[in-house]
Amino acid sequence: MSDALLTVDHLNVGFATKAGIVQAATDITFEIYPGEVLAVVGESGSGKSVTALALMRLHPDNTIVTGDVRFEGRDLLNMSDREMRATRGNDIAMIFQDPMTAMNPVFAVGDQIVETIRVHDSSVSKQEAWTKSVDLLKLVGVPEPKQRASQYPHEYSGGMRQRAMIAMAIANDPKLLIADEPTTALDVTVQAQVMEVLNEVQAETGSAMMLITHDLGLVAGSADRVQVMYASRLMETGTIDQIFYESQNPYTMALLDSIPDLDGLKEQLEPIPGNPPSLLNPPSGCAFRPRCAFAADVCAAEVPVRVRVGDQHESRCARTHELETLVGVTS
Amino acid sequence: MATEFEIDSQTDEMLETTMELGIADVEGLSEKPKTFGQLARERFFGHKLAIVGGIGLILLVALFWLGPMLSEWEFDERNVADRLLGPSAEHWFGTDEIGRDLFVRTAKGGLYSMRIGLIAAVVATVTGTAFGALAGFFGGVWDGIVSNLVNLVLTVPAIIVLSVFANKFGASAIGLALVLAGLLWTRIARVVRGVVLSIKEQEYIMAARAAGASNSRIMFRHLLPNIVGAIAVEVTLLIGTVIVLESTLSFLGLGVKPPNASLGTLVADAKGDIDSDPIRVLTPGIFIILIVLCVNFLGDGLRDALDPRAKGSDSSEAKNAKKAAKKARKQLGKQGPGYIAGARTDRSSIGKI
Repeated sequence: MSDALLTVDHLNVGFATKAGIVQAATDITFEIYPGEVLAVVGESGSGKSVTALALMRLHPDNTIVTGDVRFEGRDLLNMSDREMRATRGNDIAMIFQDPMTAMNPVFAVGDQIVETIRVHDSSVSKQEAWTKSVDLLKLVGVPEPKQRASQYPHEYSGGMRQRAMIAMAIANDPKLLIADEPTTALDVTVQAQVMEVLNEVQAETGSAMMLITHDLGLVAGSADRVQVMYASRLMETGTIDQIFYESQNPYTMALLDSIPDLDGLKEQLEPIPGNPPSLLNPPSGCAFRPRCAFAADVCAAEVPVRVRVGDQHESRCARTHELETLVGVTS
Repeated sequence: MATEFEIDSQTDEMLETTMELGIADVEGLSEKPKTFGQLARERFFGHKLAIVGGIGLILLVALFWLGPMLSEWEFDERNVADRLLGPSAEHWFGTDEIGRDLFVRTAKGGLYSMRIGLIAAVVATVTGTAFGALAGFFGGVWDGIVSNLVNLVLTVPAIIVLSVFANKFGASAIGLALVLAGLLWTRIARVVRGVVLSIKEQEYIMAARAAGASNSRIMFRHLLPNIVGAIAVEVTLLIGTVIVLESTLSFLGLGVKPPNASLGTLVADAKGDIDSDPIRVLTPGIFIILIVLCVNFLGDGLRDALDPRAKGSDSSEAKNAKKAAKKARKQLGKQGPGYIAGARTDRSSIGKI
């Protein structure tokens, strides 16, 4: 695993507000390899979306971004606006959370896909692009794609609209798809269908995918690797099995304890006590410390570093090495 | 048994009516998807007031344009012997105090007023849209400059500025129109800025950016179509405002200058004789009201037609469905109470047996 598609090195994203700098993403370091699905999991406000927007350079003006982001070796943060535009939607495409608002109400869905294609390759004729957009709609499972292509977003249901968003995102065969909570705004029954489409499409095009979500069930079904974020930092990174079965991080463990399981083996769900910390004024040391069952004095001293705990497995916890015995004691 | 049969036949009728309703619905669904243009056209033509406004304007323009050609009189032709005549077959609207035919003068004056209204509205709209979009889209310094400029223009005492500049440039239609536009563009700028500010934050703008669209593309392809409706309404309202304003100025002797005439100057010419000859004042006045009314109706229709989020139209299938529903309700209403009473008594009797 040497040729990473996307390398993110010590990325920091902060918002300059009147009250001070809100550190929304801190010291984010990760890679995405071609064809893999990397899930980014975390609570609201943990910095998942901000990280993705910073990669695309779609962050608001008052944002301070530092670090190094390379896509196929090209420096994303420092390339010209023109180069960045050529990359967006072409090499890296994004699927947004709310399909109700992410499509322009005044254009037919097909026209919006045509536009996405022709922005990047004006040599494609409108006719060709239209044919392709109908094919794409068919690929993502929109019924009667020919008629549907000339309909407007408000004539689509939520699930269909998200399918159309996926079609738009893959229109230019991107190498990396960033899906920012693609199913959050949808019905539970539709979520599964859309996720299926997304996985099929990802497998078919062979693109890598960064799947941002707070739904661990979704992650279990479709990701290769997972990284867990909390209060702007990466807490744990690992393969799906490492995260779900061999977690080495108290936050991940608490997160897993808080989801119900269908077998009914868990007698009671364990909510994580307390609230996420303020990013304007985070607690000293580990940000999870006030809510952590294993917090000790070391945790307050300084922000723990990420420790390698296995092949492809890293965790940020000051007590990583004691954790196994600690978990044994409490349970 | 007889009552039971009655119920059966009634339920059948009910079923029929509901089926009728159902068919209307299915027909609505099976229609081919329409383009935005088609939908807008349909909505516009389904808007009765807009049609009235549109036809009214066409008729007014036709009257103003073609009328003088049919008349034997010239715009400036004086005939002092025939001064201050009432309406007649020869002089349709009568004559003024130096014997000029008032129909021809009203027609030419109306056209002149309309021309000024149109030019001023177009100039104000283009300027206002450009400045408003600039301020709303780029924000920051641009917003500061434009907003302050708008506030500056708004603080200027309009009547004084208009009296000075309209008086100076009133000799030509374009000059007067530009003066009016110079004051009125701020209205458009403020509306456009507001709309752009709200649309800019929509996720589909971010999505367009994520798809690689440039600023200009986002402005012209994504923002503009979304604000056309708002602008169209403002433009039509603006035409009305300009015509009223121009008439007022001309009435005060500050706008249109002789030898040109506008509806305003015609009212002014006749104002001294309002007691003896009220028709001379009323005719141009009524035309001012008619023009403004038609223009406003048209704007109303345009707004409804160009709203991208408006559902379907009030025409064709929607109307049919409404009719069917009304019919069904009527039928049910007619039989309703009897039917329910019959059913009740019948059921109770069955229970007793």
